[in-house]
This record gives sequence, C-alpha cells and structure tokens, in this order.
Amino acid sequence: MLHDATLTTDRLAGTHTSLDALHRASTDRSIAIRNVSKIFKTRQGPIQALSAVNLEVREGEFVSVIGPSGCGKSTLMMLLAGLDRASSGSIMIGGKTIDGPNADIGVVFQQDALLEWRSALSNVLLQAEIRKLEPKAARARAEELLKMVGLEAFHEAMPHELSGGMRQRVSICRALLHNPPLLVMDEPFGALDALTRDQLQVDLLRLWSNRAMTVVFITHSIAEAVFLSDRIVVMSPRPGKIETIIDVELPRPRRLAVRDTPAYAHYVQAVTDIFKTLGVLKEDEA
Amino acid sequence: MSVQAIDTPPLQAWYTRYEPPYALLTLIGLIIIWQLACSVLKVPAFLLPSPYDIMKDLVFNASYFVPHAAKTSLVVVLGFAASVAIGMPIAIMLSYSRILNKSLYPLLVGSQVVPKVAIAPLMLAWFGFGMTPKVVIVITIAFFPIVINAVVGLRSTPPQMIYLAQSMGASLWQVFFRFCLPQALPSILAGMKMAAVLAVIGAVVAEFVGSDAGLGYVILAASSNFDITRQFSAIVVLSALGMAFFWIIEIVERRMIPWHISIRGER
Ligand SMILES: Nc1ncnc2c1ncn2[C@@H]1O[C@H](COP(=O)(O)OP(=O)(O)O)[C@@H](O)[C@H]1O
Ligand SMILES: [Mg+2]
Repeated sequence: MLHDATLTTDRLAGTHTSLDALHRASTDRSIAIRNVSKIFKTRQGPIQALSAVNLEVREGEFVSVIGPSGCGKSTLMMLLAGLDRASSGSIMIGGKTIDGPNADIGVVFQQDALLEWRSALSNVLLQAEIRKLEPKAARARAEELLKMVGLEAFHEAMPHELSGGMRQRVSICRALLHNPPLLVMDEPFGALDALTRDQLQVDLLRLWSNRAMTVVFITHSIAEAVFLSDRIVVMSPRPGKIETIIDVELPRPRRLAVRDTPAYAHYVQAVTDIFKTLGVLKEDEA
Repeated sequence: MSVQAIDTPPLQAWYTRYEPPYALLTLIGLIIIWQLACSVLKVPAFLLPSPYDIMKDLVFNASYFVPHAAKTSLVVVLGFAASVAIGMPIAIMLSYSRILNKSLYPLLVGSQVVPKVAIAPLMLAWFGFGMTPKVVIVITIAFFPIVINAVVGLRSTPPQMIYLAQSMGASLWQVFFRFCLPQALPSILAGMKMAAVLAVIGAVVAEFVGSDAGLGYVILAASSNFDITRQFSAIVVLSALGMAFFWIIEIVERRMIPWHISIRGER
C-alpha cells in the first residue's frame, strides 16, 4: 500500500530518476556475507573486529544483529554500506559484490544525523536532491512517509524543535524516501526513552509490513530484537563472530501485546542464556 | 489546536519583550560621568576633552572627517573582501588535504607571532604608497581568523554525516556544498566577525605607517599638532566604523544561520 500509492504518480521526467525505476532496477534484495573478516590496524596493533562472518539474508527479511558493545556490529554495517572494506571475504547484495559506497541502501544511525539547517520535510527530501529524483513524486512520497510516522503536522519544524523520537522518525523517513531495497539501522533507538522506543518499533514494523525491503537492524536490546525480527543474529565478542542465529516464529503482524506471551518470553530467555554462556552476562549464584 | 504561551507569566513576557538595552544604558552612563567629571573638575581640553567637545568637533568639522572616514572604510572593505577571497580557498584546501594541512597549518599559526605593525613598513617598501600596501596590511591581519575558523568549521562535520552522504551516492561536490559548508557556516561567520574588527585595526596601522589620508592619518596629524580633541574624535569615528562592520556581519549571520544555537539562544 505504501509503495503503490506514490509510485503510480511518477512519469517521464528529464534527468530525474523516477522512484519507480529505482524500485524496479533492484528487485533482488538478498544479502550474502561470505567469510568476512575485518582487521583494523591501530597504533596498539591490529584489532580483529570481525572474524569469518557468514550470513545469508533473504529478500524482505527483518534480521537483527545483537551483541555486546565492541563486538563489531557497526563494523558490519559499514561493510554492508560499502563505507569500509572487508579485510577478507565478500559481501554480495542482490547478486552484486560490494566494493565501494553502496547507494542502493537506506541508513539510519543512532545519532539521527539530521541537518540542523533544514526543516523536517527538507531533511527527508535531501535524499531526493542528492539522487536527483523527480521532485514532485519525491515530495509526495516524503509527505506520505512523514504521515505514516505521525509527523504530518511537522513538515516545517526545524530539527531543534523536535524531540529525540521525532528526529529519529524523520531520519527513518529520509532513509526510506528512495524505496531502498535494503535498510540498515545501527542502534537507531538506543538513545531514546523506553516509551518512545516502543512507539518507534511499532512505526518501523508498519513501514516494513509489506516486506518491500530487507532490514538489517543492529541493537543491543534483546527485547527489541525479539519483538522486531524474523531472525536474530547473536554475535560474540572479540573477535566478533556469529555465535548463533535464532528464528523468531512469533506471528505477524506483531502488536505490543505479543511481549506478554510465553513464546516471546521464551525467545528472550534463549538469547539471554546465550549471553550467559558467552560470559557477556554474569549473575551471582542464587 | 493552538499553542499558547502558557508557561510564560505575563509580566515576564512583557519584560523579555521590552528588556532595556543594558549595554547602551551603561555606555550612556559612562559618557555622562565623563562629561560631569570634565565640567566639574574643569579638566583642560588639551588633557582630556569632554564628550561635548568631541561632539562639537565631529559636527562642525564633519566635512573634514567624512572623506577620511570613507578612505579608511574603503581600505577596510577591500582588505576584508580580499581576506575572505584568499582565506576561504586556503581553508578549504587545508581541510581537505591532510598533507597540506600538516605542512602549512603550523606555519600559519606560527606566523601570528610576527607583529603586523613591524612588517607594515616593509609592505610600503614593496607596494609603494597607494592603496595596495594598506590593503595588503589589512589582509595580513584579517586573513588569519578567517582561515583558522573556516578550517575548524569545515572539519567539524560528524563522520556519520559523511557516511550518510556517501550512502546517498553524493559526489564530493555535493558533500561539500550540502553537508560540510552549511555545517561550517557558524564557525566561518564567527571568524569573519573577528576579521571585520581586525580589519579596522589593520587599516589604522597602515595609515600610521605611511599615508596622507584616512583616520589613521588624522590621528597622526592631530598628534603632531597636540590636538587631543581631534584625536579623540577620530577614535570615536574609528570605533563606530568597527562596530558597524561587526554589525553588518552579525546581520548576515542572523539571516544565514537562524537555525544555529548561537542565534537561537539570544533574545
Ligand atoms: N575505525 C576503526 N579503527 C580502529 N578500530 C576500530 C575502528 N572501528 C571499530 N574499531 C574496533 O573494532 C571493534 C568493533 O567495533 P564496532 O564495530 O564499533 O563495535 P559495536 O558497534 O559492536 O559496538 C572495537 O574493538 C573497536 O574498537
Ligand atoms: Mg556500534
């Protein structure tokens, strides 16, 4: 519903790329991470951030990556976005090997990275300006996205007039403006309070609900990962590697109430246990 | 659903809207004290002229001051404009090239220990007596804060912002004009404000060293005639000039970066 509404509006337009064309050009949204390692050379010597990471993500899947701080989650995101190079191994997205900045993507960081000098709407439209998308269709899409996250009354608000949660919603809209086949989010809700966080999780699921894009969601919250994901990739620290992958078979669409079910508790427990075994979580003996 | 100023009590709202201009009042107070001191203590004008004496001189000899003030202003404006025109490209190069930055930046900072007054006569020897040496002297003084502040500003773009730009497929050009330059504007404008004030100082220094016109020359000429009042008058005009240039940049600032905290925070 989200796509069809705006995408039928575009037409031939000079040098502008229509959103529809973008959308069609990249229908394959699967990810294949093969044997990826990343070593940072620092003054204190080499740091192995990722070690032999293997992961396949299906089209339209919602995958969370969870692990303790410093286990290489952000590094993995940088590699997916083509903003850094793997030391060895390869990453393919939609059958294409990533070997430079990957623009077929939407990214959301923990800090919303809004441009302070642009209004909310204008921040979202930045994506269209840089990509030279057809302005009319882009604007319609931006307005629709802002509406979907409840910001229709804040088009002209400047970032400093928005709350943390609203700012992050704007940055999510910006990441989705061009209908990216892949959305990567690095602890996007990490800086928000619990209530706002719940709301943004719900908003995010709504935006993703037609599975038009693949989502890689990095978090350090077990509850968040279970609530959102189809699969949870659990990473172990130093050197960061994949410990286990857990399939979350909770029904969709998910409502907040799912968090009160035994099945949900079971998944949370399962991930918690893995971290206990890894020594990431320690408890006093009862 | 309208938003009302429910959290500001009416009296306080009135007060913030009509807050007295404290600085101006202080200045007026000081001038009154100065005037009273001169009149009551009968200080002779050749030691300390009263504000009234100075005002009289300025008003009655306006036709003398105006051309000199215009000359000085021209030097200031040309010197300032040249400083921006030279300083900005240098700042951009320094902020983009690590090697250039490492090899030039320390020298640039180090060069600031050279007293500009000391090299002024050199400029005269090299560039003759016209406008050129004066503009060059202004540049040597005003150029520095522009470069330093612009470099600081251009380097203040958070890395995430650059990553974001790259993930959108932005060209180097787009990264600069859409992300880095706006981000740097507050810092660049702060540098320009400093430069505007320093440019006035530079112009006076230049006119001290060798000139037959301008407010610096007026001061020198008055000093050799032991005309203290005239010197004060020139100082007043110079201060007004400096303030005016500073204000102009501040107005530009308000228009260009209304989103910035330094502007928002003010009342
Ligand atoms: N640019 C870098 N240079 C050197 N070391 C880095 C760099 N980026 C990350 N690291 C190191 O790699 C490890 C993983 O970092 P990161 O991917 O940011 O972890 P996470 O996001 O899971 O907290 C850390 O030990 C970190 O210090
Ligand atoms: Mg991280």
